[in-house]
Amino acid sequence: MSDDEPRTERTRLAVAGARATTAAVVAGQPRKDVIRNTLFSVLLFVAILIALAGLAALLIQAFVEGRPALGFDLFTEPNSSDATIAGFRQAIIGSLMLIAGVIVLVVPLGVGAAVYLEEYANRERWWNRLIELNIQNLAAVPSIIYGILGLGFIVRGPLDLGFIALAGSLTLALLVLPIVIIAGREAIRAVPPSIREGSLALGATQWQTIRRQVLPASIAGIATGVILAISRAFGETAPLLLVGAATFVTFDPQFLSGDYTALPVQIFQYATRPQEEFRILSAAGIIVLLLVLLVMNSFAIWLRNRYEQKW
Amino acid sequence: MTEQERRTEEAGSGAAPDAEDRRGLSQGIAVAEGARPQKGLTEEKVFELNDVAVLYDGNPAVREISFDVFKNRITALIGPSGCGKSTLIRCFNRMNDLIPIARVEGEILYHGEDLYGPNVDPVQVRKLIGMVFQKPNPFPKSIYDNIAFGPRTLGMKGDMDDIVERALRRGALWDEVKDRLDENAYGLSGGQQQRLCIARCVAVEPDVILMDEPCSALDPISTGKIEDLMMELKDDYSIVIVTHNMQQAARVSDMTAFLIVELDASEKNRTGRIVEYDETQTIFTNPSDQRTEDYVTGKVG
Repeated sequence: MSDDEPRTERTRLAVAGARATTAAVVAGQPRKDVIRNTLFSVLLFVAILIALAGLAALLIQAFVEGRPALGFDLFTEPNSSDATIAGFRQAIIGSLMLIAGVIVLVVPLGVGAAVYLEEYANRERWWNRLIELNIQNLAAVPSIIYGILGLGFIVRGPLDLGFIALAGSLTLALLVLPIVIIAGREAIRAVPPSIREGSLALGATQWQTIRRQVLPASIAGIATGVILAISRAFGETAPLLLVGAATFVTFDPQFLSGDYTALPVQIFQYATRPQEEFRILSAAGIIVLLLVLLVMNSFAIWLRNRYEQKW
Repeated sequence: MTEQERRTEEAGSGAAPDAEDRRGLSQGIAVAEGARPQKGLTEEKVFELNDVAVLYDGNPAVREISFDVFKNRITALIGPSGCGKSTLIRCFNRMNDLIPIARVEGEILYHGEDLYGPNVDPVQVRKLIGMVFQKPNPFPKSIYDNIAFGPRTLGMKGDMDDIVERALRRGALWDEVKDRLDENAYGLSGGQQQRLCIARCVAVEPDVILMDEPCSALDPISTGKIEDLMMELKDDYSIVIVTHNMQQAARVSDMTAFLIVELDASEKNRTGRIVEYDETQTIFTNPSDQRTEDYVTGKVG
């Protein structure tokens, strides 16, 4: 036990130095650093405000312009060159048909591809790595390219379906398939190997393990991916223009024959007409489109939060 | 006389390993003689391993493994970390097949049949040889569905409620969960989850249960419960357990194999081999090899 008084000069200096350092650290950051930290967080906050301001401007603009036209008629009135009675009926029916077609195509193909890539493909093989790489690429390809693909191969070319809604569905399905595959793979990959081992150790086959353990456990992630893909497809305009979503359709569209249209296309068409009333209508259409997208995305987020499997 | 005949003859005479045999063992030769139980009779063998090696990408993880596993006995594999105990136990139910770079050499006989024969389906093997893992891995389902998964998937006939109850009773878990079979299995404690995994394993009525360090993630009370469970299960199943806990091996097992890890000539690769395999009593009180004695007395880690 030493007494409180330091014995030597050296010790005294050392103790004084230690005390000063401790005091400096414990007392908090120097003024300079505090200013820098605050400035940085303010800058980040401003960045968010700018992004939100842009979004808010869009919403407010659409709402202010389109408000007069909002009403039930919007959904039931057919396309017309008379602005007072025009509505989005065909466009909405067309969009719903296209989306139904996309779901039927994209769910089995997307989930099947995800299961293959995660469970069966041997990653040592070069072609599997190539497939993986290309799916990432496809998700980033501009949508107009899919439109050209649809025009060249589906509407004309080998499939030669003509300008029908089925062709539109096929084109949109190709567009959003990579999203479903990537989301599906993430969901399947999140299932820990211990679950698979436990199932296999009981004498189940690989397929039984996938069907009864892996897929049920990853269903929330897969469903979220599908919903996000659909909401993307719902809002796509460019590819649909190329595969023939005609802009003046007066009869209710059929899936396998005849002209069809979709909501974004119809909005575009109304917006380019000279009359003031049509521009109001197109703004109203934008509100409808945004509402649908908001509902779908919120549902996806809710679904993921509610059913997400926490490992 | 072949090795096999010599073994049988000696076992038949009820002789303990004599001095000659001990010399062979104390030279550290990695051959483990099939044990000669003091009881005298040759017991029924469930597994016979002859010169088994497991290689990952050409590097042997274990080699020259030869011993027998007896029916309705608990066989423990002990040894320091990295000596390949888990790798070895995974050979018994062909779980190493799931690892692309793993290759099993040598012969493993299960009730006399080659486990790795060309016509053997690993899925069928795993129905008969079950496994409990180190970290409890219940499925993300209800307790009932966890147990019922095996029988349903394998198409077992019978009243599912009965099967589930029987399995949970045998897993010493029924009383604790009988009122909440529909609850998610993840709500159980660690010890309960591991007993659930054991119950799940016995629900498909296997012949052998493999346990890879089943208690290493559990507290002492749960460990005690599972050790008691093992002693009960021994009557109906043959058990092979890997444990890094020597005292556990001494408490529960009938036969113990002691493995060590060696560096090869290039000092890069670690390979495990058996030093000694004998009745647990002998291993812990009167081992033949100095290395075994050092390990069980705690002189080396």
